[in-house]
Amino acid sequence: MVLLATWLANIQSQFILCFIQDDRWKRYILKGLGNTIKMAVFAVIIGIIIGIIVAIVRSTHDKTADTAHKGFGRAILNIVNGICHVYLTIVRGTPVIVQIMIYYYLIFASSNNGVLVGIIAFGINSGAYVAEIFRAGIMSIDQGQFEAGRSLGFNYVQTMRHIIVPQAFKNVLPALGNEFIVLLKETSVAGYVAVMDLTKGAYIIVGRTYTAFMPLIGAALIYLVIVMFLEWLFHKLERRLRNDER
Amino acid sequence: MTNGEVLIRVEGLEKHFKGGAIKALNGVDAEVHKGEVVVVIGPSGSGKSTFLRCLNLLEVPTGGHIFFEGTDITNPKININIHRQKMGMVFQHFNLFPHMTVLGNMTIAPIKLLKQSKADAEAKAMKLLERVNLADRAQAYPNQLSGGQKQRIAIVRALCMEPDVMLFDEPTSALDPEMVGEVLEVMKQLAATGMTMVVVTHEMGFAREVGDRVLFMDGGLLVEQGGPEEIFGSPKSERLQAFLSKML
Repeated sequence: MVLLATWLANIQSQFILCFIQDDRWKRYILKGLGNTIKMAVFAVIIGIIIGIIVAIVRSTHDKTADTAHKGFGRAILNIVNGICHVYLTIVRGTPVIVQIMIYYYLIFASSNNGVLVGIIAFGINSGAYVAEIFRAGIMSIDQGQFEAGRSLGFNYVQTMRHIIVPQAFKNVLPALGNEFIVLLKETSVAGYVAVMDLTKGAYIIVGRTYTAFMPLIGAALIYLVIVMFLEWLFHKLERRLRNDER
Repeated sequence: MTNGEVLIRVEGLEKHFKGGAIKALNGVDAEVHKGEVVVVIGPSGSGKSTFLRCLNLLEVPTGGHIFFEGTDITNPKININIHRQKMGMVFQHFNLFPHMTVLGNMTIAPIKLLKQSKADAEAKAMKLLERVNLADRAQAYPNQLSGGQKQRIAIVRALCMEPDVMLFDEPTSALDPEMVGEVLEVMKQLAATGMTMVVVTHEMGFAREVGDRVLFMDGGLLVEQGGPEEIFGSPKSERLQAFLSKML
């Protein structure tokens, strides 16, 4: 009994020390969480935009390889496809930590806005993975769907928009949800470029208070809650889209 | 029937795949007249499906010309999408859009391409559904339908665009035997309305009964053509005789 009471008192004093004292919850945890969410949300948006464009370029190139008329348009498509290929290879072939440090210390060396650099770095990184997810989705749709659309008189873009992409999106939703979860957690490396995100905030508290338990477990719980919320959200979206068919 | 004006004229049609390694069509000349039902038969690998798919340029020919309503649609400068609106196509595997209801499948093209209002497009679609006895399935999704129902929907989906010709690519080959009849019945009805049809099929009974003209293809060539009595009654070429003896 006595043991339990001292343990509880200990926990309480640790909690006060780590979060309440000096408004640490606000200065490190809340502010860090804000930066984490800011980076994750904007990076997701950039990633989706890049991903859709790259996926459509790549799958258009692959799908029309032997049917298209040879000409100027085809040459442009080949070049753009080549650029996309290089982008995918570099981004997927190097660690995101190295990428973000290259952006911060080399490319945007004159900028001190770590959060913005983080958004750009994570967005460009995520775009490569989203592109491959979308491409897999587009390629998973039976060629007959494409032919049916074209045979009714839809052009390539209309067929993609009305027939292929809605089906592809539904198929890739689980993979896309996974990518967002990974991205959210990946922002925790932003501390390497002096961004105070949630992880860095918790780490600062560890340094100030010489206690590791509370800040780290606290940060972990916050990530966990956000991820669980995302999982719930995607599960709901998936169910809603599937319900349409039955 | 065959005296009507020429709707499709095919001249020296060639289709080679993989840079000439596979020669699916080796110079086919043919004509389809208005109001005519042309049935294309031949062994598998004879190029009959490729021939049909070239007619609306789903396969881009590597040689020759196709004139549809007087326009050379093999000319890369023309907008093929406009001409495809006038050529309905029915596929072996139905290719209904699984994320839309039956009504959605039928109305998307008229709404988006012909700029019909949703109400108009749906009213027309319902009329067609009644013609194929599927009005009660208007709100169903494709995976709730049987194969025969799917194919009947695919036919009326194409009809919603009010095409000048209907292309059928082995429309009954993926069906269970007991469902073949209902699809052929719809096609017969359609032929009776005077619709121009080009049908690739293995259904010799249908070819005989409904076809105005039968084309026999083999080895990427149009080997023999004529009325169904000539083709089935007194085949001239050896290859057609051999083919028919295996089929009948």
